[in-house]
Amino acid sequence: MQKPTLQSNGTLPPPVTVRGLRKVYNDITAVDGISFDLARGSITALLGGNGAGKTTTISMLMGLVVPTSGEARVFGADMARERHKVLHRMNFESPYVDVPMRLTVRQNLEVFARLYGVRHLKARIIAAAAEFRLAELLDRPYGKLSAGQKTRVSLAKALINEPELLLLDEPTASLDPDTADWVRTKLEVYCRDRAATVVLASHNMAEVERLADRVLMLEKGRIIADETPAELIKRFGRANLEEVFLAIARRGAESTEETPSAP
Amino acid sequence: MTQSAPHPHHASPLGEQTTLVASLRRVYALVLRYWYVIRSSWPRTAELIYWPLVQMLMWGFLQSYLAQTSSFAAKAAGLFIGAVLLWDILVRSQLGFAVAFLEEIWSRNLGHLMMSPLRPSELVAALMAVSLIKLLVAMIPVAALAYFFFGFNVLSLGLAFAALFANLIIMSWSLGLVSTGVVLRWGLGAESFAWLIVFVFLPLCCVYYPVSTLPGWLQPVALALPPTYVFEGLRAIVLEGTFVGHLMLEAFALNAVYFAAGCATFAYFLKSARINGSLVQMGE
Repeated sequence: MQKPTLQSNGTLPPPVTVRGLRKVYNDITAVDGISFDLARGSITALLGGNGAGKTTTISMLMGLVVPTSGEARVFGADMARERHKVLHRMNFESPYVDVPMRLTVRQNLEVFARLYGVRHLKARIIAAAAEFRLAELLDRPYGKLSAGQKTRVSLAKALINEPELLLLDEPTASLDPDTADWVRTKLEVYCRDRAATVVLASHNMAEVERLADRVLMLEKGRIIADETPAELIKRFGRANLEEVFLAIARRGAESTEETPSAP
Repeated sequence: MTQSAPHPHHASPLGEQTTLVASLRRVYALVLRYWYVIRSSWPRTAELIYWPLVQMLMWGFLQSYLAQTSSFAAKAAGLFIGAVLLWDILVRSQLGFAVAFLEEIWSRNLGHLMMSPLRPSELVAALMAVSLIKLLVAMIPVAALAYFFFGFNVLSLGLAFAALFANLIIMSWSLGLVSTGVVLRWGLGAESFAWLIVFVFLPLCCVYYPVSTLPGWLQPVALALPPTYVFEGLRAIVLEGTFVGHLMLEAFALNAVYFAAGCATFAYFLKSARINGSLVQMGE
């Protein structure tokens, strides 16, 4: 196993560093010069209304979208130019991306385990199946599963290589409360046990309050708040994160000219 | 420089990820994915065989009829059947390449692949391998039919067949690269391009007639296309019993140019898709 490279101050470098990240599509600015670092083992939520720049930011962190300017570095690699150096240490999950429908759960996990270079492949698939309650479903086609079962498969796929950085785009969208709670618990346990860094984009404020230890609130591609959920609630004088979100969103809708600030 | 942080227990370290073995393993993983799809559905397998079989029967019976009424057709036994077999190699291989890629978009899996350690060159290698597998699934029964129904043994062409086959396959991959590149850039709105691109070559490559049949101004266009030399070569073998080596060499030379252009086109459109965000919004 390789030893981690320490910074000059003796600490581990942040797994994600973003500097002046900007993305312009034609004349639309999706992300407008944002900068942040993510600490190892942290869970950071990207919040914001539709079009705030969450998906574009995550896409640039994955290297699927090239920034117009600035850079996103993951484990030191510039994701615009050298993403393949670190992709085996990352993974992601989104309800808007599927695994092949005709393949069985086992076949899907096998294909992705091979793509990620997972060792002890069969044992890993069996372990993942046990962990995500998929043992009974292993030989059923993914396309014939319920939404909750599909989410469990997607999570098993996302964790098949035990990633150090996990990108989650609305991981519990369209799930019933029980399954959603189960998913959140799994994520909490995984992050705690592996010290994995998580970036979470979600519209579910209760989920963010429970999982995230930091919130980056985006509006029109800019970071307008960067605090813990509790700090954010306190600063805005609201009862919960949902009310904070609504206050920001409605203020933004009323005054597009104003520079965003706390009330 | 990337950080050498502790690695997950189950993923191979970076050093292992960059080896040829790791690269082949990822190509194999993707080929396995397509193989599972083929294996999972007998209608899909039947679909692979259906059109080549229908074409073979139609042209085979037509040739049998013409052989009874024309001395040329009698002399040229196997000309149409050989041509239809070779044409289907070009078509099936290109479609095998393009449809395998389209399946990733239809199943909304492209994001997972692009986010995985799979490199673009490995994706292309897997698509090439899958096109060959699909081609064999389709063409082996059809070649057997050509032999048992119409007495045309494609293997009797010997090494010449290997040269004809290789040229057509390389050309099909070039077309596959261009068509998938276009879909990468413009999404499923350009899907029909992937299905239809190969058919523009049917009249231009002189599949069923010699180049001299074309009007003078169109002949240079035909001669700029590698498959034209393949079909000219087939006619030389069937009609004159000679293998014209320089035709195959010219086809290989042109194919090298087309394949390089195909790779460059694919790389350009992939880069363009990463700039304009179409990898994330893949659809119509």
